[in-house]
Amino acid sequence: MTDLLQFDFMRIALALAVLIGLTAPAVGTFIVQRRLALLGDGIGHIALTGIGLGLLTSTSPVLGALVVSVLGAAAIEVLRARSRTGGDVALALLFYGGLAGGVLLTNAEGGGRDLQSYLFGSISSVAPEDLYVVAALSVAVLAVVALFGRELFLLCQDEEVARASGLPTRTLSLLIAVTAAVTVVIAMRAIGLLLVSALMVVPVAAAQQVTKGFRDTMLAAMGIGVLSAVAGLVASFEYDLPPGPSIVLLALAVFVTLVLVRSFGGSLSRRRRLGRTLPSGADDETADETAEAEVHT
Amino acid sequence: MAAEAPPLAMTGGRVRLDGREVLHGIDLRVEPGEVLALLGANGSGKSTLVRALLGLVPLSGGRTEIYGVPPARFRDWHRIGYVPQRLTVGGGVPATVREVVASGRIARRSRLRPFATAADRAAVRRALEQMRLTDRAGQPAQRLSGGQQQRVLIARALAGEPDLLVMDEPTAGVDAASQAALAEVLRDLVRQGRTVVLVAHELGPLEPLITRAAVLEQGRIVRTGAPPAPEGECARPGHRHQHPHAAEPAPGSLTPWNPT
Repeated sequence: MTDLLQFDFMRIALALAVLIGLTAPAVGTFIVQRRLALLGDGIGHIALTGIGLGLLTSTSPVLGALVVSVLGAAAIEVLRARSRTGGDVALALLFYGGLAGGVLLTNAEGGGRDLQSYLFGSISSVAPEDLYVVAALSVAVLAVVALFGRELFLLCQDEEVARASGLPTRTLSLLIAVTAAVTVVIAMRAIGLLLVSALMVVPVAAAQQVTKGFRDTMLAAMGIGVLSAVAGLVASFEYDLPPGPSIVLLALAVFVTLVLVRSFGGSLSRRRRLGRTLPSGADDETADETAEAEVHT
Repeated sequence: MAAEAPPLAMTGGRVRLDGREVLHGIDLRVEPGEVLALLGANGSGKSTLVRALLGLVPLSGGRTEIYGVPPARFRDWHRIGYVPQRLTVGGGVPATVREVVASGRIARRSRLRPFATAADRAAVRRALEQMRLTDRAGQPAQRLSGGQQQRVLIARALAGEPDLLVMDEPTAGVDAASQAALAEVLRDLVRQGRTVVLVAHELGPLEPLITRAAVLEQGRIVRTGAPPAPEGECARPGHRHQHPHAAEPAPGSLTPWNPT
């Protein structure tokens, strides 16, 4: 671990991993809450066109990705809000258009090797300037979550009730889509555009195996996010693996572990209950069972 | 003080959904302090009407006002509590009962104060007590039974301490004890001079509280007035409605208590 910190690029990459581990699950919690788990994936596809444009015009690929993915996220949100039916097809068109456009544009620039690193992530390609941009964007994302968390919670829970509470639901929906787009750009260098969405969704899915509340789920997901991102990065350095897949597989391993913990814990408490000679009737498990029984009556 | 505008007033309200007109010219005025029941068979337009009254679906004709202001320009949303028709609390991430109920305070909370005030906490505590959810406050709402989740949705609306409570089928799938709790809450609200509009399919223990009923049939209000008393089979003590929703109307079942 100490030799790994001797490398400048590794220090930058680790700082990046912490930022990604914090921001992606924080935004992801709202997106999963809203049942739009694949939104990040769609934005990732669209962002590739931005990278292609950035390379082709010899400006910054990160800037290109930022502009195009924010526009793409806004377009997705408009399509989602406008169309009651057929919205998913419109989204699919946008995703495939973004991916195909991105590959063509990068190829036109002769950036085939770059393409690989954008799709699946690469640590060594991260420059110190990138870190400043990513740090600033991360602060913006976390500020949105902290400032508008309460409103976004109600919006993602029930959009109609949010409107009847006087919330500007269109603006807030746009805000969450744009925040997701910014998060995709934050995470794309290290994790890659095709896997970026995983870090928005998998830590949340893992956390909610063991949490009861929204806030706890978000905090636990951020913890799991940082853990997977840092450990995945170290593993990719030590064993010469691509960072994106290492990080995502680690997050999935946490998910599987927590699923096992939960089902093992559940069966253990059931067995304990069956072993009791006298029903106590006051603990949580029994209350849960009463709740379940009520569903069936 | 000048007389306040009615909580809800719609004149000639028309709504089209997916190209089909589902409300054909509704005139409805809800007076302060009344408990109005909107009755009618499934598909008669009750839910669409409450959503249109709150501006949640746009009108294709006519106009509607909330406390004298069109919904698009209405700002005092803290005066409104809305309980949508839902089978579950919703959301893909677990949220505790307390978190869901506390989100009903949002229209009353200032952007400038990031933390809940004592008044916020007291209102949430009262709403939990009223809907008998206090001992469930820390549990994930999504894991409760259907009836308990419905109580969470009602508690969320109560937490905002609304002057006008609009409820869409609050008694659907709720057990008798919860219905009794809801009746008690409504009695309280009425005593405080608040206004209640509820969509119902059957009234059960809420019936004595209803001051006026409006009956919808195929997107039109066909009668308004005192809630008609249950008749015949339905008036028998202990009668429980079992509605096969897709069934044909039974002969002689013209009272709104016995829709299809």
